[in-house]
Amino acid sequence: MPIYSEAAGPFCLIFDIPQGGKDMDMIHAPEPDVTITFCAAAGLGLQTAEDLARQMLTKAGYCVFTAREYMSRVRGGNNSTQIRVSLKPVRAYVGRIDWLFALSPDLRSNITEKITEKTKILGDASAMRDEISSLGREMIDLDLAKRAADLGSTKFSSMIVAGFIAGIFMLGEDTADELIEKRFADAVLSDKNKRAFRIGYQLGMEHVKGQPVLMLPDKGTGDEIFLDGNSAAALGAASAGCNYITAYPMSPGTGVFSYFAKNAKLFDCAAEQVEDEISAINMAVGAAYAGARAMVTTSGGGFALMCEGLSLAGITETPVVVHLAQRPGPATGLATRTEQADLELALYAGHGEFPRALYAPLNVESAFALAGRAFHTAHKYQVQSIILTDQYLLDSGYPVAKPDPSSVPAPIPPVRTKNGYKRYAFPAEGEYISPFGVPGFGEGFVSFDSHEHTEEAHITEDRWIRKSMVEKRLKKLEAMSREALPPRLHGPEKYDTAVICWGSVFEPLKEAMEILDCKYAALIACEQVYPLSEKFRRLISLPCRKIFVEGNATGQFSRVVRSLTGIGADETILKYNGFQFTVEELVEELGKLLAARELGRGGC
Amino acid sequence: MIDTAFDYTGEISWCPGCGDYKILESLKMALSELRLDPRKVVVASGIGQAAKMPHYLKCNCVNGLHGRALPLATGIKASNRHLTVIAVGGDGDMYGEGGNHFMHAIRRNPDITNIVCNNMIYGLTKGQGSPTTPVGMKTPTQPFGVTSKPLNPLLLALSCGATFVARASAADTERTKDVIVKAIRHKGYALVDIFQPCVSFNRTNTWQWLSKSTEWLDEERDASDKLEAMRLSMETEPYPLGIIYMSEPEKTFEENQAPYQANDNTPLYARAPALENIRKLLS
Repeated sequence: MPIYSEAAGPFCLIFDIPQGGKDMDMIHAPEPDVTITFCAAAGLGLQTAEDLARQMLTKAGYCVFTAREYMSRVRGGNNSTQIRVSLKPVRAYVGRIDWLFALSPDLRSNITEKITEKTKILGDASAMRDEISSLGREMIDLDLAKRAADLGSTKFSSMIVAGFIAGIFMLGEDTADELIEKRFADAVLSDKNKRAFRIGYQLGMEHVKGQPVLMLPDKGTGDEIFLDGNSAAALGAASAGCNYITAYPMSPGTGVFSYFAKNAKLFDCAAEQVEDEISAINMAVGAAYAGARAMVTTSGGGFALMCEGLSLAGITETPVVVHLAQRPGPATGLATRTEQADLELALYAGHGEFPRALYAPLNVESAFALAGRAFHTAHKYQVQSIILTDQYLLDSGYPVAKPDPSSVPAPIPPVRTKNGYKRYAFPAEGEYISPFGVPGFGEGFVSFDSHEHTEEAHITEDRWIRKSMVEKRLKKLEAMSREALPPRLHGPEKYDTAVICWGSVFEPLKEAMEILDCKYAALIACEQVYPLSEKFRRLISLPCRKIFVEGNATGQFSRVVRSLTGIGADETILKYNGFQFTVEELVEELGKLLAARELGRGGC
Repeated sequence: MIDTAFDYTGEISWCPGCGDYKILESLKMALSELRLDPRKVVVASGIGQAAKMPHYLKCNCVNGLHGRALPLATGIKASNRHLTVIAVGGDGDMYGEGGNHFMHAIRRNPDITNIVCNNMIYGLTKGQGSPTTPVGMKTPTQPFGVTSKPLNPLLLALSCGATFVARASAADTERTKDVIVKAIRHKGYALVDIFQPCVSFNRTNTWQWLSKSTEWLDEERDASDKLEAMRLSMETEPYPLGIIYMSEPEKTFEENQAPYQANDNTPLYARAPALENIRKLLS
């Protein structure tokens, strides 16, 4: 089964292209789709309600998508999770809030500005009434604190909320019993939680007066599993045989490491938190030199510290995979937010000139597949693969068809060296690499040198060898370009506008373009951003209007594409306030650009 | 000099009379005495004059970045436990640029030997003060004398939990060889700081200073008293030489890693992806 589909899918027709500024409700897909948002201070144990809601809704057969945004603090503040529930697959973040569980005071503006008269606001009136009134809204009092206290602890609040959600969907009051028993081994505690759940369930059911907010779907598809970007990337890497991972904790790059650390035995993987990112990359390079399949995971600031180590991997032709989880910079920037502004950093990181491959997962499935692909390329060409994700992608999830670990290319074993083995032997005509040996396997010596080196890996200042080694390393790009993943295409076969994106903007943009029913605009989404595939080069050279949609302030991908092909964006849609594009924002922004074009089209 | 299986016959670019020649000789004698297969030995270094040493040995030569020999060596050993891994470099490389790694490598306790050729000066970059240069020494970049206090690597290593800490001298190849043999045999991280003169840039810590200002400890002494080791590591003029501290070995970094916990020492390159376990996790 091919992992990467080139097929262009047809768009469903919903509405005409709207003029900018129209009421957003007018352009919502008519499919039943309910958005629940939880808002609470960090440390309140809200995760229980979220997890349970997600699990029971999925079990009931609904399509669920979740996305998290949080402040850079351990306690307090006000974080939110969006759970989008639908009868058809949903994979993108929206601005609309249908049900808002406002569980801690001081809602932040990113939430309050999305509250409309249609938003139902729920929580404890004792704590929230004044704040909600000041917004000109009314709230539905769940009296959580008191009800929970009656059961013995305020901690039961989140279980009441979970029950309430089950109630409004009318999933049955015992729907979560199994999940609760799994979560609470203690029988007494488990019983109390079930009681809390049932209290919430009654409240919810009464609230909707026996009319569930969404009709019950046909039974679930069965062979699906809920994955977020973090676990998908980690599972993809593990499937590729990653058996050495190092990291220094840094949001949002830590999730992948934590997943490995937790499952180190299952994955048969050494996982070490190290003193700094410099150590992380050098240790990974050492491990990879000796044959491990090594990865580091970090974010922008940590990656900046890894640049010299990346350069070391470059000159020593050591296969290493870097997971670069993007967050807004410069410097500490917005530590827990999302952005796509490290593309150029990744492309140019490390002093000197050496080849590399850059991957940008579009969604959860793509994160799994590309992590595997990154290992394959790194080991096949003895280069460095960088996987560019971001906080939004890593912290959002939905049920996916169970990924098949065997779909990831199998590791490439090292060669058994012979006496006289040369680690950096010049490749034969038509080949790109020197056979990869490891120390202690075979009769040869396997050396490694950060200096420019001879074929045997010893220091040299010979001008001819220098020139030949530079060319040997860079020539790999020819083959890597031929194997580069083509972009995904969505939309009409004939179009006069190409809407181009990379990475996690894909799903919100795809949904927005479906809503806009773009007849003359196609979506071109790149999951490999360097080197560019032949197919992308061909597409970009076609004479059509190009709109780049990116999560950064300067249109980095457009600039990279222009520098590589001479062609870049005619227009851009950019966002850089720390949040992902919502579907509605893209509908509005792209709608405006496309509508402007419509007026002057005069038939095509 | 005796012939060993580790002899390299090419050109060596150290200054004539450099202490590094003697340390190289001690190291080759030690490897030879241990009857190690050169194909199973990796000598890893950073950057500096001493860090050129892997190139002058017939074994697997790893020459990485300045200051980063220890993370590199740690990764190599954890990737293949059958290899004997030695990290070598100078005082600037290991204690300056790599100072953070020095502390944390000791805490981590990989089964590697760390040889530091300590000439108390930067050689490769031509004579600047290093982390172990004595206060007051005038250098091209400290023309009025070094003002920062010298680092005490032995005391630092002890405080970080090293189970083998030794100081040797380029002036005594035989006894230095003995110390290196014991360091390599010791399970876990072992530090061998080796005093050596820099004949080009250090006019203070010369061959004469070395013989006048150092004194070998009794080889038979019990080196397992940590407080005594700390006291010894603070002694100066004469600076004690030999094994300052050696305790019972502790669990190594590699032993703590998941792949080796079930006594399976298969190198990581020979392991297949754990596809079945991943499938189970997904079910």
